[in-house]
Amino acid sequence: MTIQFKDETFRDDYTFKNSEWAVNRFPFPFHEDSYMYSVNMEPHQSFRPGSVFEHRFDVDEHYLSEMRDRAQVLAEDPLRCQSLPHMTLAGWDLLELIMVSKSEDYPDLFQLNRDDNNWHWINKPMGIDQKFTFLDEATLPYGPMEYITRQTQGDFAVLDQRDDNLWMDAGMITTQADWSLDFDIGMNFFEWHAPVPKAHELGIFVRALKFLLNVQQGLPARRLNWTMTVNPLLDTSPENYSKWGVQKQELTLENMPDKMHLRVELQTFFRLPRSNALVFPIRCYLIKLGEVVTVPKWGRRLHRVLRDLPEELATYKGFIGNRPKIIEWLSRYDDGAPTSPGIWPD
Amino acid sequence: MSAGSAKIPVTVAEITPVTDLITRFRFARRDGGPLPVFSGGAHTVVEMQDGDTLRRNPYSLMGDPADQSSYSISVRRDDQGRGGSLFMHSQCRVGMDMVISNPVNLFALDLRGRKHLMLAGGIGITPFLAQIKQLAASNGRFELHYAARSAAHAAYADDLRAAHPGNVHIYHGDQDQRFDLEHLLDGQPLGTHVYVCGPLRMIGQVRDTAANLGWPREAVHSEEFLAPKSGKPFQVKLAVSNKVIEVGEHQSLLEAIEAAGVEAPYLCRGGACGQCETDVIGYDGKFLHNDHWLDADARASGKKIMPCVSRFEGKTLVLDR
Repeated sequence: MTIQFKDETFRDDYTFKNSEWAVNRFPFPFHEDSYMYSVNMEPHQSFRPGSVFEHRFDVDEHYLSEMRDRAQVLAEDPLRCQSLPHMTLAGWDLLELIMVSKSEDYPDLFQLNRDDNNWHWINKPMGIDQKFTFLDEATLPYGPMEYITRQTQGDFAVLDQRDDNLWMDAGMITTQADWSLDFDIGMNFFEWHAPVPKAHELGIFVRALKFLLNVQQGLPARRLNWTMTVNPLLDTSPENYSKWGVQKQELTLENMPDKMHLRVELQTFFRLPRSNALVFPIRCYLIKLGEVVTVPKWGRRLHRVLRDLPEELATYKGFIGNRPKIIEWLSRYDDGAPTSPGIWPD
Repeated sequence: MSAGSAKIPVTVAEITPVTDLITRFRFARRDGGPLPVFSGGAHTVVEMQDGDTLRRNPYSLMGDPADQSSYSISVRRDDQGRGGSLFMHSQCRVGMDMVISNPVNLFALDLRGRKHLMLAGGIGITPFLAQIKQLAASNGRFELHYAARSAAHAAYADDLRAAHPGNVHIYHGDQDQRFDLEHLLDGQPLGTHVYVCGPLRMIGQVRDTAANLGWPREAVHSEEFLAPKSGKPFQVKLAVSNKVIEVGEHQSLLEAIEAAGVEAPYLCRGGACGQCETDVIGYDGKFLHNDHWLDADARASGKKIMPCVSRFEGKTLVLDR
C-alpha cells in the first residue's frame, strides 16, 4: 500500500496519533496474559505481510515526523550521535545495509544505484538526492552512520565485537527509553546493562551475550521490549528528564486514553560484514491506551499483565507511581474473558 | 535458530596447486550472483559429500574481503587427517557443485589497533592474506612475519613480498631461520595488536612471551582450528530425539548426531566458538574434552560437552539433544 506520511509532533502540543492501519499492525509485545524477562529472540525474517516484521527496516506513517523530531534533538544536543574513531567502517556497513534493504523493500520510496564505489541514493519522502563515494567520508555531509540514521526510524547502537564481549562504541540515540549514549559510550555489554533488575540473577545477560556474539551475517535476529510513557515522547532521555519526568504527574483517569502510551521497541540485531561489528536497531512504536483498547484482546491482556507485573519491574520501567490509575482504567476493558494465544488481534 | 549458518550454493571455479601440499580452491555462486562481503580473518564451512559421509570443514577465506565475485580457500593436505583435506585434494573438481556457509569471523582485526603485527606459521598464513588486503585498502599499518618449512613450502610468500616490500618478513625453517619473538614483541609502538595463527605451540609461545613483556591480554589475538581427534567408538543416547547413535573412530560426536538426522547448532566446528555446547543429562564414564570453550568448572561439572571436538569413553552418555 502507499504510506500516507503524517505531519505530527512528539513534543509540545503532542499531535501524534496512530491511524487504524497503524493500530492494527502495532507490535503488541505480550503473547500471553503475564510477562517475565526472557531472551525471546527469533530470526528476523520477513513475516506477515503488512506487519512491522515484513521488512528489515520498517517504514510507517510516522517516518517524516520522526525524522524531524530527531533533527531537533540533535540540534539541541549533538552528543546523541557519537562514533569512536575505529567505528567508521561499521558506519559504512550500516549505511550499506540500510540503503540496500530500503531500496529493495520500498522501491517506490528509495533508490540506490551503485557503480563500483560511486553511489547514488534517492530518498523520495525526504527529498534527498545524494551522489557520493562509498568509503569516502568527505563525500557525505555527515559521517556514514549519522548520515543514514538521520533518514531511518529507530535508534541505532553500533557495537564493536572483541574480547568475547560487545562494546557500545557508536550510536544514534534520540528515541530512547531513559538511557544515555553519552553515558554508556565505550562500555561493554555487562556494564551498560548493570542497572537492569532481576535479569542478572536469572542469568539472562550471560545467555543473551553468547547469543549475540554468534549472530551471523545474513541471519539477523529480533525481539520485542516494552515500557510505558506518559505523552507520545520519542525522546525520553536522562538528559531531558527534567522536562518529561514531571509530566508523569499530569496523568488522570480522564486523560488516560490519550496521554498514557504503551511504548514497544522492536529490537533487531545484524552482523555487519566489513567490520564484524553488530548493529542493534531499536525501533520505538508508541500507541495510546485509547488505541490499545480498540483491540479487545489487547485491552484485556494489557490489564492483566500490568496488574500482575512484579513491583521491581514496574519501578524499573518507570510507571510504579501511575500503576494503580492505569490498572483501574484498563480494568474497564477486561471482562475476564479468556484471550487467544499470540500477539495478533483476533 | 537453525543449525549452522546461512548456506551458499557454489560451483568450484578454479583449482590451483600452490605447493606440493597446498592447493587453492575458488568458489563462485551457482546463480552467478555476488557473494557477501566479509571481514579479514573470517572462515567458511565447506560441506563435502564424501561417499555416505557429509564432512564439514572450516577454512579461512583468503581473498579480498571486498571482492564479491568469488571466494578462495587454501587447503593443506593432511594424509593422517580424517579425510576432509584428502577429499578436497583428490575428489574436488572444477565445475563441481558444493555448499559453503556464510562467512563467520572468530579472528577479526581489532580496528582500534594503530598497528597490526601478524605472526603466521605454515598454512596459518591464510586469514592474514584477507586481513592484509582489508588493511591495504584502508591504509592500515601492518607487519607480517611468516614462518614456513622451506622456500618451497612458503605459500604466497613471493606475492606478499612483491606487493608489500618492507612489511613482509619470511623465515625458512630449513635454513634455521626462526622468529625472534622477544625482539619482535618488545618495543612495538603503543596501540599495536598482535595476531598469531599457526600450530598450537607457536600460539603458546607468542602468548607467553607477550605476557612476560607486559602486553595487555586484549592486544594478543590467536586462531587455531582444532581438527576433531579420532578415538575409540562410543555410544550416545540423544534424549530429546530418542535415538541411540554410534560415534565412529574417525567421526566426531557432532558428525554422528548430524548423520542420525538430528539438527544441532554449530559455527566453527573447531572447539572455539561455543555454539555447539550441549547439556549432558547423564553419564557413566570419562569425558575427553578437546575444546577451547569449556572452563575447568564446566568440565568438572560433567554437565556440558562440545560435540564438535570432544569425545567420551565409558558405559553410557545421555545428551539433551
